[in-house]
Amino acid sequence: MTLSTLMPVFALLTSLLASVVIFALPERGYRLRTVINLAAAGLKIVLVGVMIWGVAQGREYEFAFNMVPSAEFVLRADALSMLFAGLSALLWLLTTIYAVGYLEDSPNRSRFFGFFSLCVASTMGIALAGNLFTFFLFYEMLTLSTYPLVVHRGTPKALRAGRNYLVYTLTGGAVLLLAIAWLHGLVGDLRFQEGGHFAGVDPSLHGPLTIIFVLLITGLGVKAALVPLHGWLPQAMVAPAPVSALLHAVAVVKAGAFGIIRVVFEVYGLEAAEAMGLLTGLALVAAFTIIYGSTRALYQIDLKRRLAFSTISQVAYIVLGLCLFGPLGVTGGLVHLVHQGIMKITLFFCAGNYAETLGVHRIDELDGAGKRMPGTSVAFTLGAFGMIGAPPLAGFITKWTMGSGALAVGMDWVVAVLVLSSLLNAAYFLPIVHRLWFAEQHQAWPHERRWGRLETSAWLLWPPLITAVLMVLAGILANVPFSPLSWVELIVAREAAL
Amino acid sequence: MTLGLMAGLLFTPLAWAVLTLLVDFRKGRVVTWLGMAVQMLVSLGLWAVVASDGGFLYLLGGWQAPLGIELRVDGLAVTFVLLTAVVAAACGWHASIYLDPDKAWHRYFWPLFWFLWAGLNAVWLGGDLFNLYVGLELISLAAVGLVALGGQADALRAAIRYLMAALLGSLAYLLGVALIYGQFGTLSLAGVTALLNSAEVPAGLSFALVLMLLGLALKTALFPMHGWLPPAHGIAKSPVSALLSALVVKASFYIAARLWLDLGGHLGSYALAQLIGALGGIAVIWGSWLAFRQVKLKQVVAYSSVAQIGYLFLLFPLTWGVSDAISLQAQQGITLQVISHALAKAAMFLSAGNLIMSVGSNRVDALAGVSRFLPFSLFSFGLAGVSLMGLPPTGGFAAKWLLLQASLASGQWWWLGVLLAGGLLSAAYVFRVYQASFIDDTDIDHFFHPSRSLEVIPMILALLSLGLGLMAEPVLSVMSLPFEAGRGQ
Repeated sequence: MTLSTLMPVFALLTSLLASVVIFALPERGYRLRTVINLAAAGLKIVLVGVMIWGVAQGREYEFAFNMVPSAEFVLRADALSMLFAGLSALLWLLTTIYAVGYLEDSPNRSRFFGFFSLCVASTMGIALAGNLFTFFLFYEMLTLSTYPLVVHRGTPKALRAGRNYLVYTLTGGAVLLLAIAWLHGLVGDLRFQEGGHFAGVDPSLHGPLTIIFVLLITGLGVKAALVPLHGWLPQAMVAPAPVSALLHAVAVVKAGAFGIIRVVFEVYGLEAAEAMGLLTGLALVAAFTIIYGSTRALYQIDLKRRLAFSTISQVAYIVLGLCLFGPLGVTGGLVHLVHQGIMKITLFFCAGNYAETLGVHRIDELDGAGKRMPGTSVAFTLGAFGMIGAPPLAGFITKWTMGSGALAVGMDWVVAVLVLSSLLNAAYFLPIVHRLWFAEQHQAWPHERRWGRLETSAWLLWPPLITAVLMVLAGILANVPFSPLSWVELIVAREAAL
Repeated sequence: MTLGLMAGLLFTPLAWAVLTLLVDFRKGRVVTWLGMAVQMLVSLGLWAVVASDGGFLYLLGGWQAPLGIELRVDGLAVTFVLLTAVVAAACGWHASIYLDPDKAWHRYFWPLFWFLWAGLNAVWLGGDLFNLYVGLELISLAAVGLVALGGQADALRAAIRYLMAALLGSLAYLLGVALIYGQFGTLSLAGVTALLNSAEVPAGLSFALVLMLLGLALKTALFPMHGWLPPAHGIAKSPVSALLSALVVKASFYIAARLWLDLGGHLGSYALAQLIGALGGIAVIWGSWLAFRQVKLKQVVAYSSVAQIGYLFLLFPLTWGVSDAISLQAQQGITLQVISHALAKAAMFLSAGNLIMSVGSNRVDALAGVSRFLPFSLFSFGLAGVSLMGLPPTGGFAAKWLLLQASLASGQWWWLGVLLAGGLLSAAYVFRVYQASFIDDTDIDHFFHPSRSLEVIPMILALLSLGLGLMAEPVLSVMSLPFEAGRGQ
């Protein structure tokens, strides 16, 4: 047991222990709880930072033991896991700050923050899992720890959404378990490995491997909200804003997408998956999801619902990128894992701010909100432009890389999908931006609250501003070492080297 | 050392049963605490001895087989002995606070409790068919008495029904034993197996096995013979329900499993194995569905036992006519299921008892608002539920994983559906309870708060069932240790 063995365990334990301590604290222990939350989040960033540095130097962090005969529990830090771990560590800190402000004076905070930490621990476990078995462990833990967050308000609507969420995700989990167990029985315990395992696999296995692939993608696609498995996501919007932010940016949806990345890259291997003809179908599903999500978003009048459909569309970019099986396309898909996270969390923070400060939930009530809340509105506008793909923001980097990647491998139709989707993005985001800045306020805010000099509580204002800045930096400084793009290029180089 | 441990293990429960019979509830409680500590130490010691030196065959008083009592002290037996010690101690501790000392008839809880414990240990260690029968009867009678302890007319009715089922089961079992004895002239399981291996199997002897299994299945409440279980487990006092669901039904299953693994190869058939498996599968689905439909909280938990017991019977098809490796995998899976269900179900009944005590009603929909004011018991309930659903990282998941692997490897893919659907259905009934508790329609804390110890006990059990999943490998390595003849005398 050296320190480098235990690093991934520590990264997991920071939030796990935080969760246990928070559950044990009395409801009134407001200050102590906040301190513990922030300290754990800060500590995790440090731990993940150290591991990112180490992985860049080619160091390995691995912790493994046999859980049941023939199945191993493996935690490992590799380049890909650090992409996801880095994202969730960073956004956890910001979301925690936001949530402390958002839930001020509301009941059940001890329960909320306990499950909140548990949820982040699961996300960390998903990032660090070294094989499908371990991945599944945390994947299900994520389902269980997010349920109490979704139904947090305890209203009939929230409970209904929670039930729907469980039906979708637990069924998806059962399908995933079947696929993982079958794969395990067929080829044994497979660690995630750069380049995958099935290059040159016995052709007689192609049949079962294809079925297993479909099952795996179905199981993971529920959380990744691939159409037609997306039904739970728009309903889950009844959750408090920080939960929606977390669900859409790092936790649930991304867990699904990240799982698909692991399966395609490090279980099957890009080349083997392509040789078995598995990627075309996936590409079509992803493309359809992109267009479908954007189109549905166009028709939503509730701000959070519009953002939810937008997530469905945006997460499918990641999947589509993988299916381009060239280095550029893959880079575009992977980097969107981070970019979409930062952009979407910004948008959800802002939506939460409008709801908390002005009582505004519907898009047509937003007229003139830019004057009342300039900081939030600037962040929202940047997020919207990023989603559309305007240079030099993060979203542009994604779309540009993916587009070039598609052309490089001769999949021109993907470019058409990207263009169409960007037009749709513009069609549903620009009217909001227009209302914020250029429309006159014509009615009183539905339910306004004041916090001194600032437009809203400082706890609520700073997180979206910070993420907005990060988003701009991710675009402008894309070529600087340790930017998301450079890190993804490192991953892709390592995948291709084997 | 070993001698002392064995003596302690077998005689403390009987001695304590007699001791507690002589005193009232409060004194019995104190005496019991002491006894539980002794039992815990002895069980742990025996487990450690077997874990380090391997199992052995123990002849009580040194008498040889037909006359003396032969005990098989192998890895599996000591694992169950230890499990019993943990669960029984937890339930005993809970009962000592939970039961009202001023009700006169509660004093009989302690002797019954200790007789039950004695019977359980006798079954785990029993090496011959007749002693297994004696252990089983001791358990059944003590269990019926414990159910009747509820006091009301409903409890008595459930107890009588339970008694009838148990007696009928014993009768069928005993008939089978008589047939075996008539044929072989020995009651030792090892002896019968040896004779079966050496000689031609007489036709019609399969009937003996079927009879014994039928009787045991009735006592284990296998579908469609489960009717007696939910009323009995639902109406009993919570610590009693916990004991019954966690341990008592496992005893008859344990005998059935031992019979099947020793004799099934000769006397069983593919059709019989599949039939038993199918009944188990139906139990999983039907029991879960009924659990989902129940109005009363403890009935939900009781029907959940019917479902969870169903899984156990997948042992029969998954060990018949398959390679040793697959059979071992299935046995490990089932053993884990027995242990994790015992821990989780005890935790669930105890926390359900706490919840009922706090809201003052046994209905599921009375739980509204509990999530805010009594999160701790609810959390134990949920944690135990996670194990029942077979979600990671619990013992239930490790069991399900092994069973999935065994089904796939043996080509019996039809059990996959049972395993996966069963998990989803159990999620449905557990989350139904959770959903009720999350409804937030009250701002006033009108709940009764049970004492800290009452809340901590189920939590410990739930955490153990959770930890079992992470520690499955070391636990499994001990429980697959065989016994060697000739040691330990």
